[in-house]
Amino acid sequence: MPRGAGRLSLFLLFTPFLLWIVLLIVLPQIGIGYVSLREKVGINQYEFGLKNYLDFVGEPIYRNTLLRTAWMSILVTACALVIGFPVAYYIAKVAGERSRATLFLMCLIPLWVSDLVRAYGWIVLLRETGVVSSVLLRLGIIGEPVEMLYNDVTVVIGLVYTVILFMIVPLVSTLQGMDNALLEAGYNLGGSRLTVFRRIIVPYAMPGIVAGCIITFMLTAGSYLTPILLGGKNSSWFTEQIYNQFITRYNWEAGATFGVVLLVFTSLVVWVGLWVTGQSLATTVAKD
Amino acid sequence: MPSSPTLRWVYRAYVVIFFLYLIAPLLAAGAFAFNDSLFPSLPWRGFTLDWFFSPTEPKLGLLHDTRLLRGMGNSLYIGLIVAALAVAAGTTNAFLFERRQFPFKSALYILMIVPLVIPGVILGISILVFASMIANFADRQMGLFITWLRPGIPLIVFGQVAFLTTITSLVIAARLKKFDIALEEAALNLGASRLRVLTTVTLPFLFPAMFSAFIVAFLVSFENFNTTLMLVGSDAPLTIVMYDRMVKAGSTPVLNAVSVVLMLGSGLLALASVLIQRPRRAG
Repeated sequence: MPRGAGRLSLFLLFTPFLLWIVLLIVLPQIGIGYVSLREKVGINQYEFGLKNYLDFVGEPIYRNTLLRTAWMSILVTACALVIGFPVAYYIAKVAGERSRATLFLMCLIPLWVSDLVRAYGWIVLLRETGVVSSVLLRLGIIGEPVEMLYNDVTVVIGLVYTVILFMIVPLVSTLQGMDNALLEAGYNLGGSRLTVFRRIIVPYAMPGIVAGCIITFMLTAGSYLTPILLGGKNSSWFTEQIYNQFITRYNWEAGATFGVVLLVFTSLVVWVGLWVTGQSLATTVAKD
Repeated sequence: MPSSPTLRWVYRAYVVIFFLYLIAPLLAAGAFAFNDSLFPSLPWRGFTLDWFFSPTEPKLGLLHDTRLLRGMGNSLYIGLIVAALAVAAGTTNAFLFERRQFPFKSALYILMIVPLVIPGVILGISILVFASMIANFADRQMGLFITWLRPGIPLIVFGQVAFLTTITSLVIAARLKKFDIALEEAALNLGASRLRVLTTVTLPFLFPAMFSAFIVAFLVSFENFNTTLMLVGSDAPLTIVMYDRMVKAGSTPVLNAVSVVLMLGSGLLALASVLIQRPRRAG
């Protein structure tokens, strides 16, 4: 290829990439960073400082909401791993060739349905006049209708439901690469089921576990719909605080601060996760 | 693997229960669209299609519910634009990162993946803030009113393209990686021009991936909530209209009817994308 044409086509390929990454990602992120450092001192008069961040640290409600979101997200990630691992193992290693594809496809079905419809399904199932309550009433197990929405257990169940597929898919793809001979060798050498699991299966599946945990944690900490719809208007979820500051109270400075805090927090968790396990973003998240 | 039959049955039962958990809310959301009752709850009062077709209150069916229909129209329109933009940018990104060498390539590659790990709400507010900074600046300095930088459909499109471009780039790049460059060289040796090679050899090879990236982008855009919520103006897409109805008014089974339509629609599209990705001939 002539040099000039090569330059030109490189330039043409670079333009959409730069427009996208600079205008839609980088500058907007700098924008919220900028607004978060701004404090209003009068009409259209601003001063720069860390006041918004100090407000965040000084106000227990905000702090606690972040801690609560973090704690619940860790819990959801752990539940998704514990519940999802046996299923992923079954699909990858136990099921026969043909049922494997079917099971995997069945796992993907809820992924095609929006979060909203799924949360709505849980509402229809769990509310006071919902399916579960009615059926239990009919069977005589409970005496009067029970409200199962608007508590933390329901929020965790719903969140695990929304994110578990992002745990199962990477697990299945790593476990599928494991040679069965490794397991047989483990048993032949006298390993118990637990030892084989702990010393062979878990280390082998580690990249999948890390990828799954990072994605599920990210999605949970950043989720909005499920905690609000299943946990009620006062579910104290951090994204809800951001929404309230921006849309309800029109306090963009505080909202931007919360946004930066959440972004820094989730990035930190992802980074620590990658660092501890020696993975990189390109190998975990971008793996197809 | 050595294991007792009991244990195997317990395991199998666990997997069955898991799939019930997976399917239960979808069944619940779908089934009550056909219940002849004003509430999406038991008891079952008989089969009806009113929640799709009935033209009158109180059982206003989906086909006559103008706000839901307008929301669906907006989602469709937004989804098509977003998917087209994301696939176009994704294709150029794939060529850029698979074929070209340039300084800071690996750092820029990381930058390309980063949007996937930014929470959707934050993408939404950052674009909202940035767009209004520009709009305010234009207003104050030049007296220009740039309405499309205020919350509304254009901002929703920007917000969704922001993270969907990463997904389409990865899907298309994965396919481009499998392309045998010898085919292009052969075509060039046979006297074809660069452009002709691109349009007759490379792009046809990439087409299945581009198509399936388009469908994925369309589906994700259609279902997106977190980013959209922050950028919505007066023309709300379907997810926002449904959400408003869920939290405010007492919801009727018309929402279940919408759910059925969404499930069928996205199921069919997903199937189409799976089918086109499948190799047409052996090898």
